[in-house]
Amino acid sequence: MTLLQIRDVTKRFGTVTAVDGVSLDIAENEFFALLGASGSGKTTLLRMLAGFEDLSGGQILLDGQDVSRVPPNKRPVNLMFQSYALFPHMTVRGNIAYGLEMERLPRAQIDARVDEILAVIQLTEFAARKPDQLSGGQKQRVALARALVKRPRVLLLDEPLGALDKKLRGAMQLELKRLQHEVGITFVVVTHDQEEALVMADRIAILKDGRLLQCGTPRDVYERPVDRFAADFIGVMNFFPGAAVAGGLHLPDGGMIAVAGDLRGPAVAAVRPERIRLGLGENSVTGTVLALAYHGLDLQLHVQVAQAPRPVMVRLTADLAEAQALSQGDSVTLGWAARDTRIFTA
Amino acid sequence: MHNRGRHALMLLILGGVFAFLYIPISVLVALSFNAGGMPTAWTGFSVQWYGALFANADILAAAWNTLKVALISTLLATLLGTALAIGVEMRRRKGRAIEALIFAPMIIPDIVLAIALLSFFSLLKFPMGLHTVIMAHVVFNLAFVCAVVRARLKSFDWSLVEASADLGAAAHVTYRRVVLPVLAPAIIAGALLAFTLSVDEFIIAFFTSGAGRASITLPMQIFAMIRFGVTPEINALATLVLGVSVTALALAQRLNREMPGQ
Repeated sequence: MTLLQIRDVTKRFGTVTAVDGVSLDIAENEFFALLGASGSGKTTLLRMLAGFEDLSGGQILLDGQDVSRVPPNKRPVNLMFQSYALFPHMTVRGNIAYGLEMERLPRAQIDARVDEILAVIQLTEFAARKPDQLSGGQKQRVALARALVKRPRVLLLDEPLGALDKKLRGAMQLELKRLQHEVGITFVVVTHDQEEALVMADRIAILKDGRLLQCGTPRDVYERPVDRFAADFIGVMNFFPGAAVAGGLHLPDGGMIAVAGDLRGPAVAAVRPERIRLGLGENSVTGTVLALAYHGLDLQLHVQVAQAPRPVMVRLTADLAEAQALSQGDSVTLGWAARDTRIFTA
Repeated sequence: MHNRGRHALMLLILGGVFAFLYIPISVLVALSFNAGGMPTAWTGFSVQWYGALFANADILAAAWNTLKVALISTLLATLLGTALAIGVEMRRRKGRAIEALIFAPMIIPDIVLAIALLSFFSLLKFPMGLHTVIMAHVVFNLAFVCAVVRARLKSFDWSLVEASADLGAAAHVTYRRVVLPVLAPAIIAGALLAFTLSVDEFIIAFFTSGAGRASITLPMQIFAMIRFGVTPEINALATLVLGVSVTALALAQRLNREMPGQ
């Protein structure tokens, strides 16, 4: 069921259009990611959902009700701030209880709900601490608890993992997803990290220059990007420029890359690193190994190929790579299937 | 070797500066406890001059006036200065600056401010007394409170205000429960500073207190007494004023250092 409808929402700051006619439907219990580079309008859109920015055009509907003009303190929506914005003069318990006190709930009920959420985020023994006595990860959990304890219809998260180190971020991605399942609240998360969006979200909306570029499941946006920008933005993509003709892409050196599609004119063929194998395939190129990067699970090859402006990235599973015993400067043939190839307007 | 010599020389200069600053004050404090009362000879420890001080009705009346001026002007200046600081900071974030105007009373020489206020009250034919001293003190204290609170506001995380609104608080609740508590150390520090400045302020009080003994403040009383020479009572009085000022300043500094957050 659709919970949140964003209809043709626009935000202008003076002459700058930060968000330009974005429409999205977000379903109940969905984990939804707004993904974009800085300046893409994702944070502005989130702030409009929270009520901190008024709309220059369009509508935001929650449960079918227009909430566009409802102030933040009256919206059944909560925001987890990127800086966490924990109240420095209050304890962890005080911070979490604050939102419930605003609802004028009886003290006993407030205490019960705070205890409950403290157990969920596993910070029960930290309840009496002040925010500056907590680690980054603990602060992040308190900020999350403070917003969740209100049981909002929608929880908005602004770069929730941005301030954490890489290892903790990986653990918290799964933790957030588990928590979202457990509490059954719709999450809308803003992130610039495409990997984070792929791991956590049920659906991803890619924003570019204030416009909605593509919206779909992680698999959709990864496997079927709508254009060259989306293909490059999500994950790693190898591009081969040329001219689109019937049956494929004509390379400048006279070669062909087979790919289905009815595109004509200047175009790029694209293939993901993990779809490339060593040896001849339906599509093949040859090149020289520039560098090898060992990642434990897999080996990444950077291969200089005449037909591509950037080195071609190849991901080989560790066992496969071992069998090949490659080293820098080796000449290799790379091959991949036509069905794994995409083609976009250049 | 060369370095050590330089280090010793610098220590010597530092010692000289501190001696110049603090020896007169130490002498004053010591003399206030001198039994004989003469600055020429130490004749034993005594608190008799403090006793004499508290028996002097003029001094007590002046002290009471000073306390009234300091307390009321501090209270008003703290309320107005804090509101001003918050208002200006919020405006500034929206891109406007009227800073110079606010801090003018801190920079303008006291004598100029004193004459200006006197002319202003005379022009309005405003009857002068303790209330005009209070008003005059609010003028310069406001600038100091505002400066201290604004310094704290520079590092204030405004997302706290948004977070409070997001959690369901109306604007006045956010002020009471988030903004004021976070700013409290700076507000109290500003108030203590204002109190200290007001207690020993002479020129402006002298110009704006009008005629008559009724509105004489402590510094004015000391000035009146000193015309007949420095008496041991004045030493005792100055020592007490020093004690109050130092205590208030030390408290203010401590609060400024112990601010939560950044």
